[in-house]
Amino acid sequence: MATSAEGLNQLEELKRRTHPIRAIIALVLGVVGLLFAIGLSISFGAANISLGTVWTAVFHFSSDLTEHQIIREIRLPRVLGAALVGACFAVAGSIMQGMTRNPLADSGLLGLNAGAAFMLAVCFAFFPGMSYMYLIMWSFVGAGLGVVIVYGVGSLAKGGLTPMRLVLAGAAVSALLGALGEGIALYYRIGQDLAFWYAGGVSGTKWSHLQILTPWILVAMIGALILSRSITLLSLGEELAIGLGQRTVVIKVWGMIIVLILAGAAVSVVGAVGFVGLIVPHLARYIVGHDYRWIISCSLVYGALLVVLADFTARIINPPYETPIGALIAFIGVPFFLYLARKGGKEL
Amino acid sequence: MTVLEIEHVAIGYSSTLIVDDLSVTIPKGQISTIIGPNGCGKSTLLKAVARVLKTQEGAVYLDGKAIHQLKTKEVAKRMAILPQTATAPGGLTVFELVSYGRFPHQTGFGTLRKEDYEYIHWAIDVTGLKEFSDRPIEALSGGQRQRVWIAMALAQGTDILVLDEPTTYLDLAHQLDVLLLLQKLNKEEGRTIVMVLHDLNHASRFSHFMIAMKNGQLIVNGHPNEVMTKENLQTVFHIDAEMAICPYSANPICLSYQLYERDK
Repeated sequence: MATSAEGLNQLEELKRRTHPIRAIIALVLGVVGLLFAIGLSISFGAANISLGTVWTAVFHFSSDLTEHQIIREIRLPRVLGAALVGACFAVAGSIMQGMTRNPLADSGLLGLNAGAAFMLAVCFAFFPGMSYMYLIMWSFVGAGLGVVIVYGVGSLAKGGLTPMRLVLAGAAVSALLGALGEGIALYYRIGQDLAFWYAGGVSGTKWSHLQILTPWILVAMIGALILSRSITLLSLGEELAIGLGQRTVVIKVWGMIIVLILAGAAVSVVGAVGFVGLIVPHLARYIVGHDYRWIISCSLVYGALLVVLADFTARIINPPYETPIGALIAFIGVPFFLYLARKGGKEL
Repeated sequence: MTVLEIEHVAIGYSSTLIVDDLSVTIPKGQISTIIGPNGCGKSTLLKAVARVLKTQEGAVYLDGKAIHQLKTKEVAKRMAILPQTATAPGGLTVFELVSYGRFPHQTGFGTLRKEDYEYIHWAIDVTGLKEFSDRPIEALSGGQRQRVWIAMALAQGTDILVLDEPTTYLDLAHQLDVLLLLQKLNKEEGRTIVMVLHDLNHASRFSHFMIAMKNGQLIVNGHPNEVMTKENLQTVFHIDAEMAICPYSANPICLSYQLYERDK
């Protein structure tokens, strides 16, 4: 009797671990998919290159071959840029959703992206030729500015911050900052420099950019994973988290810093692309459950995958022209947003 | 023996004080209940004990040490809090939620150890949730959900349980269910329980110690026999109460009541 009860217990334990098992399977599939998508994205383009050549270009590079040159100098940085940007937006979104218990939290919807893009326009207009390093810093500042204004406007209204009110404030502030940015661009004739930022595209990504960005993103991602368990706790509600012995203020400050770095870095590459941070965390939550250790790691992988695929699609839809990936992602993102808004944010 | 001492605390949101110069000591191993009219500051007081709100003046002492000077994780190992408005995020199962109660005892990335599993299973068993442990919380009834939150607080493995209106929104049977569970935990395991209740008769029946508040101040505290009197209820709630004796606890209860004419 005792042994059968024990066996039953073990079975129960195993059943409870199914979420982590699902998460690990999802992670492995995601990484495989991502690698495949990256290979595919590198091989397709104005000049089609076989996957085999892609492989040799990466691992046995020979500077004599034009194809290897194209891959190394144009396509590889571009696809890596897309992957980084996707991972950044998705992880930033999942942190925001967890910390604020707001299912509509996304760096695009809450004004961070618009703030960063606005600041980039200011930098282009008033400090032309600013080094990329400083551009990124200002991008972080801009993201911070965006979120501060949105939260400020959102909490002005009576009844405090509700998810919907924040999104409305985010839309208004984003529109304003976007208009100001475009005004600056027109007046100072820097429209050409800014065009791809507003349209959203990773085509201009260079190795030098990636070199500067990667350390920031790496540190922020490690920070996100360290925070992930505390974010799960915060997502239960602040009072409960405090009762369970969490230093919520410290966690929130670090979480916000990480979000600003991730969103700022991503915008400095691709412009104000929204919805990645909205869609991917929800998808991850659907697969792996509510544990942010898994949500954040899955968001990282699937965010990268989504943007790599979007960039790939953007190039093949109407060659030789490139469709803006911001528009492509909004194509999936908007219906998804409407669906979430209709549900009234009960998911979180 | 006292376990929680609240000394001359003043608590408030921004500039308005909600609790002003209140002192009370909570006895160890007993059930203490705070009663008082809406807006009297009982939840605020509990939030200060739970360190959600800071005290403007005075301090809350846990085993003789000021609570805001202790490491919050150390406090969480000794005292579990159940806030009034606990809502679970979607998709979480009973087992998962209860397992978060182990947070203060975990280190690093937080994998559950054998001891953690034992606490979680015990908490789920004792709250009668065994058959529901793999169900998502939103599939449960209100009474079951409340028991899940209590189970989570129990899994924390603390000597002190602080609960803000644990019976609100429950029907009569489920209210009693929760209170009997708390009584059992107190009797069999000697846990100290501090709670806010709206139902005076429940408070009287299940408490060893009652604290009556009004306008952010302590009006009277002591055994239910001392607190549940016609005069006290008049002072605290402004009601004319018809008193009787509870057949289950032999403590006083309020049989029925009438409002005093307020404007006279």
